[in-house]
Amino acid sequence: MSQLLQRLFGRLPIGWLQLTHNRTRFAAALAGVAFANVLVFVQLGIMNSMAAATLRPYDFFQADVMISAQDANALSEGGNVARQWLLQALADPDVTDGTGLLIGNVPWDRATKDISFTTFGIDPAKPRFLANEIAGDTNLLQVQNAALIDRLARGLPRDEAAAIRPQSPLEFETQGRTLTAYATFAGGGGFGGDGYMLVSDQTFLSLFPARSSGAPDHILLTLRAGSKPDQVIARLKTLISDPSLRIRSYADAAQEDLLYQQTRRPTGIIFGFGVLIGVLVGLVIVYQVLSTDVADHLREYATFKAMGYSGRFFLGIVLEEALVLGVMGFLPGLLVGTAILKLMGAITTLPLAMSGTMAISVFLGTIAFSALSGIIATRRLAAADPADLF
Amino acid sequence: MTDDDIIKVAGLNHWFGGGDVRKQALFDINLTLKRGSFTVLMGPSGSGKTTVLTLIGCLRAVQDGSVQLLEQEINGASEADLVALRRRLGFIFQAHNLHESLTALQNVMMGLQVHPGIPNALAQKAAGHMLGLVGLSDRVNYLPGNLSGGQKQRVAVARALVGTPAMVLADEPTAALDKDSAAEVVDLLKRMGQARGTTTLLVTHDPRILDRADRILTLEDGQIVKIEDRN
Repeated sequence: MSQLLQRLFGRLPIGWLQLTHNRTRFAAALAGVAFANVLVFVQLGIMNSMAAATLRPYDFFQADVMISAQDANALSEGGNVARQWLLQALADPDVTDGTGLLIGNVPWDRATKDISFTTFGIDPAKPRFLANEIAGDTNLLQVQNAALIDRLARGLPRDEAAAIRPQSPLEFETQGRTLTAYATFAGGGGFGGDGYMLVSDQTFLSLFPARSSGAPDHILLTLRAGSKPDQVIARLKTLISDPSLRIRSYADAAQEDLLYQQTRRPTGIIFGFGVLIGVLVGLVIVYQVLSTDVADHLREYATFKAMGYSGRFFLGIVLEEALVLGVMGFLPGLLVGTAILKLMGAITTLPLAMSGTMAISVFLGTIAFSALSGIIATRRLAAADPADLF
Repeated sequence: MTDDDIIKVAGLNHWFGGGDVRKQALFDINLTLKRGSFTVLMGPSGSGKTTVLTLIGCLRAVQDGSVQLLEQEINGASEADLVALRRRLGFIFQAHNLHESLTALQNVMMGLQVHPGIPNALAQKAAGHMLGLVGLSDRVNYLPGNLSGGQKQRVAVARALVGTPAMVLADEPTAALDKDSAAEVVDLLKRMGQARGTTTLLVTHDPRILDRADRILTLEDGQIVKIEDRN
């Protein structure tokens, strides 16, 4: 390693030699950096899982435009939209089809663990609004009280879910009714529920008698191929006389939901702060290690100053140390962080996993905060006055 | 200043502190040192020896008077010029000040690598050769913690001389050494200085060194009170 660094820097790798001179302290410093990395990984993992969980239900549907109530910041939040606006929207020549989307939470009381399903009521005659994976099973929903349930739902045993087929359906009680699950799809637990369920709009209304087919939660529209969504949305905003409605592209609606979850909901803000605290902890740990190291070697640094070494040389040593700590502390942090996320994902069924993007961004962040700590630590070098050596 | 003079100090005064506690440490110091000479600067504690050394070594700013080092005026010189001048000097300290994480060889290499453009392989070879000259060829890969006091100081001498400096400034280099080691280090310093044409200015209390000096300057209360030429 020493030879490699010597070739890399074209000088003695003093930073590396200093760090590794006291192996116990070096190991403790690496553990500190790794700990900060683990903190960031876990917080980022949770934040990313929130993002994945927020966007996941949008994957179940296919649409170009979504019309929602003014206060519908998230898919399962906000008021209803009058169905009349769907009919109004269909008057636009570029709008080819539309459907209402009903959303509610359904608890499934089980002996072992209750499961809360975020339930979508859809028109089974319009499979084009559903993702390809699900669309093939929508004909099953034509049957009253039929359901497609999330086989990855939290609390649902995998073997029990795997056994669900049209030939061997699963009956269960909820909201005073008996539903029959004929097939499953891959959803996954989220922060608002344990999993997802799809039913027909008629079944949905029987589960929620207070709801009306004339007031879905959202209206989904598909557009003619080749049309420009922005232009259609602009026309719809004039065509639909209720200016309070949010008319957005489906993709924008998903991103606005995500932004709302991350920046306005307490959970998102808390996770964001968690990441920030992880970064600050890392910054403090690396700074502490480096500034202690600088303080311990002030006499040697002062000697080098007397010999004619410039400030850039000292900055190079401290940055070298920062890089060594950042790179070598990252690897154990990555391993432990991956293991913790995997364990948490298995326990919570949240989409918690280490991603390449996350690993790369944390690595670059680690290098950046290590370098920043190093630059701050070099301020202590001002105390190395070679005149004091005599 | 003749071509033979490596340093010329004229009318040098120096103060420490400010306001009411401002105290003059040096009074009208005048001296010249010839190239290749071995000069001992002695005097009681607080007489100003170290201040003279640090001013000549470009480690303190000259406040009043003139210090011409290697034909360059230090008074008013820029920090960059002072750093460049320091690279042409060799320093030996009372405490050897070797870098504890570096081997003897690496410590000596540091005396060369301050000069830009010297390849690692060459620096390594030159440092190894220099350690051989100071009798430590069998200790090149030792860390300072595993060397005796005399051996450490010999490494410090090798570090100071490896870059072939024009002048070596040594501050009490034998203070922490026993009699034999002290004699060994001073003889080494003088012999190698002569061989390389290096001027040596050595501050000491140690009377055992005086017989090696070409010239002895005695400083008392910030003034040179005696100059004794031995040659």
